[in-house]
Amino acid sequence: MRNTDEHALQAEFDRRVAAEEKIEPTDWMPDDYRKNLIRQMSQHAHSEIIGMQPEGNWITRAPSLRRKAILLAKVQDEGGHGLYLYSATETLGITRSEMIEALQTRKAKYASIFNYPTLTWADIGAVGWLVDGAAIVNQIALQRTSYGPYARAMIRICKEESFHQRQGYELMLEMAKGSPQQKQMAQDALNRFWWPSLMMFGPHDGDSAHSSKSMQWKIKRESNDTLRQRFIDQTVPQIEVLGLEMPDPEIKWNETRGHYDSGEINWDEFYKVINGNGPCNHQRIKHHVKAHQDGEWVREAVRAYRAKQARKKDERAA
Amino acid sequence: MPQQEHLAVYEVFVRSARGLDHKHVGSLHAESPEHALMYARDCYLRRSEGISVWVVKASDVTASQGDDVADFVEPMDDKDYRHATHYVLPESVKNM
Ligand SMILES: [Fe+2]
Ligand SMILES: [Fe+2]
Repeated sequence: MRNTDEHALQAEFDRRVAAEEKIEPTDWMPDDYRKNLIRQMSQHAHSEIIGMQPEGNWITRAPSLRRKAILLAKVQDEGGHGLYLYSATETLGITRSEMIEALQTRKAKYASIFNYPTLTWADIGAVGWLVDGAAIVNQIALQRTSYGPYARAMIRICKEESFHQRQGYELMLEMAKGSPQQKQMAQDALNRFWWPSLMMFGPHDGDSAHSSKSMQWKIKRESNDTLRQRFIDQTVPQIEVLGLEMPDPEIKWNETRGHYDSGEINWDEFYKVINGNGPCNHQRIKHHVKAHQDGEWVREAVRAYRAKQARKKDERAA
Repeated sequence: MPQQEHLAVYEVFVRSARGLDHKHVGSLHAESPEHALMYARDCYLRRSEGISVWVVKASDVTASQGDDVADFVEPMDDKDYRHATHYVLPESVKNM
């Protein structure tokens, strides 16, 4: 009896996914679908939060009040994106503290790009332009993901992302058209952030551990390589407008494919960084733990206030 | 004649289709949340307007105050740089 029930539920789930109907939190869903979503969505949330660090690094040293206000606003947005995504993930039955615990004990991953340092002011331009640019390509595709709360969070986030990339590109443009030293800084930032940005899309389609199931469930809507190619195709002309050199000598328009060809990614580096041995992995987690501990007094105050309000209410009722 | 008792007001939110947000559609009076849900169905969903309904006791909604709303949102008004249109880019960079 139970078996037939499960069968019917599975059939209904499959039908919904096939018909492009969203799955909502109260719907039945296969355990693996739930697990896969929790993994991907919490990883996405962690990326927004950890991603505040490399940019936050430059807030106090922004070269003008305008640039400082812009950077503050952007980092604030990323914090908000983390919150949207944590809340959406919580609809799947995992708590915020479980997710934070998984991040801090390295059971959960985050985008490897944030394990690279932001060494110069030009890096802030490169991050907005390339890293947010790559994230946007990915997130636009995810607006059509099959899980309702995730899709709605993506729509909200994409709306807010629109200024992130433009402020980064504007910054790069100023540097690239500035003094020879500024132009050199812009080139250097592009060279260092190009490859890690391409790695943001994950392994090649054939090597991606979670891809085929995620595509079948429509959690992921387009393959890693498709999204990466789209990013390359839209970014190469933007490099030309900046008047900078290509960060990869193999970048070349391919008339037959109708796409840019490009060189192979250093996958050893990708796996090294993903597995915890990038330039800043240790520092990022250490900082997250410290910030979390330093914030404990705020959470304590919240709990104390709640208890006091409850007591007052009891007294009034008595 | 017995004094007419005032029933609680419930705000009604309807999800018109899978994948969309619940949207506020109106309110009604009811003697319990369960009844509010039935009344909401009878009142707001007579023509398959939705596939999911939330009812929330109006007194449980904490809302911004009408008169103070200008002060409440004022800090956001002069932050033009939060908008993509603030950044003027060359024509050749399309759709960024
Ligand atoms: Fe973001
Ligand atoms: Fe962003």
